[in-house]
Amino acid sequence: MQKSIKRYFALFAFPTLLAFTVMFIIPFFMGIYLSFTEFTTVTDAKWAGLSNYAKAFSNPDFLNALWFTVRFTVVAVITVNVFAFLLALLLTRGVRGTNLFRTVFFMPNLIGGIVLGYIWQLILNGILYKFEVTLTSSANYGFWGLVVLMNWQLIGYMMIIYIAGIQNISREVVEAAQIDGCTRYGILRNVTIPLVMPSITICLFLSLSNSFKLFDQNLALTAGAPSKQTAMLALDIYNTFYGNGGWEGVGQAKAVVFFVLVALIALIQLRATRSKEVEN
Amino acid sequence: MQKTRNRGTITFGVLLVLAILFLSPILIVLMNSFKGKFFISDTPFKFPDAQTFVHFKNYTEGVAKTGFFNAFGMSMFITVGSVAVIVLLTAMTAWYITRVKTRFTKLLYYIFVFSMIVPFQMVMFTMTKTANMLHLDNPLGIIVIYLGFGAGLSVFLFSGFVKSIPLEIEEADLIDGCNPVQSFFHIVLPILKPIAITVAILNVMWIWNDYLLPMLVIGTEYRTIPIAIQYLKGGYGSIDMGAMMAMLVLAILPIVVFYLLCQKYIIEGVVAGAVKG
Repeated sequence: MQKSIKRYFALFAFPTLLAFTVMFIIPFFMGIYLSFTEFTTVTDAKWAGLSNYAKAFSNPDFLNALWFTVRFTVVAVITVNVFAFLLALLLTRGVRGTNLFRTVFFMPNLIGGIVLGYIWQLILNGILYKFEVTLTSSANYGFWGLVVLMNWQLIGYMMIIYIAGIQNISREVVEAAQIDGCTRYGILRNVTIPLVMPSITICLFLSLSNSFKLFDQNLALTAGAPSKQTAMLALDIYNTFYGNGGWEGVGQAKAVVFFVLVALIALIQLRATRSKEVEN
Repeated sequence: MQKTRNRGTITFGVLLVLAILFLSPILIVLMNSFKGKFFISDTPFKFPDAQTFVHFKNYTEGVAKTGFFNAFGMSMFITVGSVAVIVLLTAMTAWYITRVKTRFTKLLYYIFVFSMIVPFQMVMFTMTKTANMLHLDNPLGIIVIYLGFGAGLSVFLFSGFVKSIPLEIEEADLIDGCNPVQSFFHIVLPILKPIAITVAILNVMWIWNDYLLPMLVIGTEYRTIPIAIQYLKGGYGSIDMGAMMAMLVLAILPIVVFYLLCQKYIIEGVVAGAVKG
């Protein structure tokens, strides 16, 4: 069987492979190579060693974006997951209208980042107007604005995964705990949370990588203002490439650093989910 | 008994308040889309009144300014074209590399999985340049780009599903005299339907909302909806708020319709994609 399929490589695998090679594999390796060179287009690259990386790490915009991104990611991951989990608890009590509520809470997740950014720009500026400031008056407003936006977008998504996890817990376990005299809080702590641990891991990493890689929302909400104080990593890389000329090499070096950080998160996630699977 | 009923009522009340809170940003945008552009930024929470109400003026102006219907058509064409190509071709590829077990196909599988974790910014510049050089910087060429950059997740999801199909079904078909092409289209593809829906939904959500990739590749000549909206923000950071509100409503509308039509598939697909991704 394997032999007869193998002859059809050109039909089955080749088209995808060609597009994948040209649009992913080649640009990826070219990107790594170019991060060690100076260039303005891809054909005039001159070897520059590690100087792009040195420039990237001594660039205040980059360091600020890195710190902003880390702070934002920590706050967003915690708030999104706490609210999503609480919402999932409320929606698994079997009250009227559960499906309708689920539909409403999940909807913002489908709206694109650019649209989300401008929706919240209107709302937040409307509130801040009463205090005679705007979103871009201080980096703090932009920070918390992004946190609110991220919560609105991701809570419904994470909630759906938590609901699936909670509904997988068998009724007998909960009833056994009740008969043993567990309080409602005790059941939550000793039964529900340990049993939905796999969902928690998934949600933590999903919200983590979504927050860390944020771009569209950042661009639409504040575009980094004031000055570049609210620019996250992805936006800073974009600005480095397409802002002033002559910084393409540094932009590519920043992009490689960004990739390494994202890959690190993914590797930790892989290990976390693997070890959980063994335990269960 | 009375106590549990009370608790149910309280839960319902809390959820109702939260649901209204969740919907309010969209409703506020909708409300402001009918107000004159100078009455939006400062007082977004006021209902339109006789002085501020402008009927559909924002809509007609916004549509003219952004070329919204062209952008809608462009988004539609790119999304439908790319998703159709991705679903068909990556299903074939996944089937091939799962069924043909060589060192080469194994390596391919790992490269596809690896590509899933690479953020767009890593290849943003080089991919755009490559696309220019190969003359793929047009609405048809961008489909090839989406196939290339989106192949990882789709091949991964299809491969996981193909592994669970018992070989006997396909073998029986081959013994009956079918060649692998017939066997794939008659037997395998129908079995893949549930995961194909998941792959389609995930890719629709990505491509429809994608801003940066189409902006860089075709943005100077063609606008998708996110590009049209970002375009409203003028060169000096000034925004026609009236047109912006109307365009936000028009951008959200197709998503809400799509969501209400295929809600079940979307939620299932997103969960399946999340658990495996």
